[in-house]
Amino acid sequence: MNTRQLLISLWTMVVKEVRRFVRIWPQTLVPPSITMTMYFIIFGNLIGSRVGEMHGISYMSYIVPGLIMMSVITNSYSNVASSFFSNKFQRSVEEMMVSPMPNWVILAGFVIGGAARGLGVGLIVTIVSFFFTDLNLHHPLVTLAVVIMTAMLFSIGGFINALLAKKFDDISIIPIFVLTPLTYLGGVFYSIDLLPQFWQNVTMINPILYMVNAFRYGILGISDIPVGGALVAIAAFIVVLWSLALWMLNRGKGIRS
Amino acid sequence: MAEPALAIRGLSKVYGNGFEALKGIDLDVPQGDFFALLGPNGAGKSTTLGIVCSLVQKTAGQVSIFGIDIDKDFAKAKYALGVVPQEFNFSQFEKVEDIVLTQAGYYGMPMKEARPRCDRLLKDLGLWDKRNGAARMLSGGMKRRLMIARALIHRPRLLILDEPTAGVDIELRRSMWEYMRRINEEEGTSIILTTHYLEEAESLCRNIAIINRGEIIKNTSMRGLLTELDTETFLLDLAAPLETAPVIEGFEIERVDSHQVALSVRKGTDLNDAFQQLTGQGVRVLSMRNRANRLEELFVSMTSQPETSKGIDSESAQSTQAKETAS
Repeated sequence: MNTRQLLISLWTMVVKEVRRFVRIWPQTLVPPSITMTMYFIIFGNLIGSRVGEMHGISYMSYIVPGLIMMSVITNSYSNVASSFFSNKFQRSVEEMMVSPMPNWVILAGFVIGGAARGLGVGLIVTIVSFFFTDLNLHHPLVTLAVVIMTAMLFSIGGFINALLAKKFDDISIIPIFVLTPLTYLGGVFYSIDLLPQFWQNVTMINPILYMVNAFRYGILGISDIPVGGALVAIAAFIVVLWSLALWMLNRGKGIRS
Repeated sequence: MAEPALAIRGLSKVYGNGFEALKGIDLDVPQGDFFALLGPNGAGKSTTLGIVCSLVQKTAGQVSIFGIDIDKDFAKAKYALGVVPQEFNFSQFEKVEDIVLTQAGYYGMPMKEARPRCDRLLKDLGLWDKRNGAARMLSGGMKRRLMIARALIHRPRLLILDEPTAGVDIELRRSMWEYMRRINEEEGTSIILTTHYLEEAESLCRNIAIINRGEIIKNTSMRGLLTELDTETFLLDLAAPLETAPVIEGFEIERVDSHQVALSVRKGTDLNDAFQQLTGQGVRVLSMRNRANRLEELFVSMTSQPETSKGIDSESAQSTQAKETAS
């Protein structure tokens, strides 16, 4: 395929993916918005008013970046996992396999589509948060870089999960038993300074801690960890998982007999 | 001499659990041909076609599409290939025209070129009124036609039709035959057809290969194959009931029921002779028809070897397992 054909095929993939999650917006865009609104009301307003400040910032403002990031992570991941697995289940993945589209375009199409949903929901949650608190971006570029890279990273993760999945249950195991606990323990609701030293050390191996804190740094200007290192770590994870996903796709793992 | 539309050499496939689905087959499909690939369930047809269109990984052998080796430039070969699979393989929730246009996009076709082509195909295949509806709302026959439209959107030179008329009513099946004949004759598209309707293969195809237990057991012209048929059996409907079958010289005849007999006629035998003898015995024949399609008789005789049923069951089980693993 020449460059123009590659761009057309990539655009087609992205449009198809975006069209899918927009078509089922009551399942994809509304629930996370409602859930996050509940978090703002219960944790931010009701409980947060008794918690007071954290790092000199109101508790409501403190949890906003983490909640946005939580939405981005779960929606990017689950969008690609369910979309690609549905393609496998309905065998419409064969439409792509018989075409001359290179595998990297297929992967990029799903990743961009997943990131688009993650970022879209993140934007909705950000808009909802304006009803509860004021946000001033301290470092817009860091904020953008972290949120986009995180959305991409978890989209790739969702893709790998869907490639390996053999039944629908297999695409909900990781979000329920891995992503949700890591996100809750990744400093969304608290600063790790509040933890005893041992648990602080344990928390440092949680990759989501770095994403939440780097994003919080971009918005509020505060972080529990060095932001530069976090950006490098996220970029490294993207390279490793992208290479793994592409290798699996080239080998036909889970899609070719 | 023009490169064959499809050339297969020594193609073999061994699944992960050791089952040998293809045993080094060779096959040539000339350009412009309407070619039948027949075989019982699990014989290796879908594995062969799956390898050709990259849905199955081959174990060994070479596949070329219009002279392009798929191991060297599969992307280029895929431009020449359109596939209509046996099972529905599109998103049931997408709009009909979106499915066709998306496929065009996968081939890098610009929208200004894809849109009129898509409209033309949907009109030709009787899907125009349904273009804005979700694919799941289509009838089975319409879904099959949707897959044909999707397969043709990028103007392939070789079209693979894997049981395209399965479950389609007779009227619609015949209109689909007409359409396939047209794209073969007028547009020069080479077509490979697999089907369980042997009348369909006999009516449409010029050349034929029969595959059984992973091996090509016959590869010849349709006309040549049919001349191999030694005996044809006709069912004769009688005007009056008979207690026993009449005996006529030079023919085998057996009673089916009181109003029907089966007449076996060897190749080259004068059928008038049989009727004269029957008339002489006072037997009036009201109508007659073939007991089975001619190709069907040959097919059954070629593929019904003693081990066949065992082999078929075994491969079906393997294929099912492979599919379940894949999904």
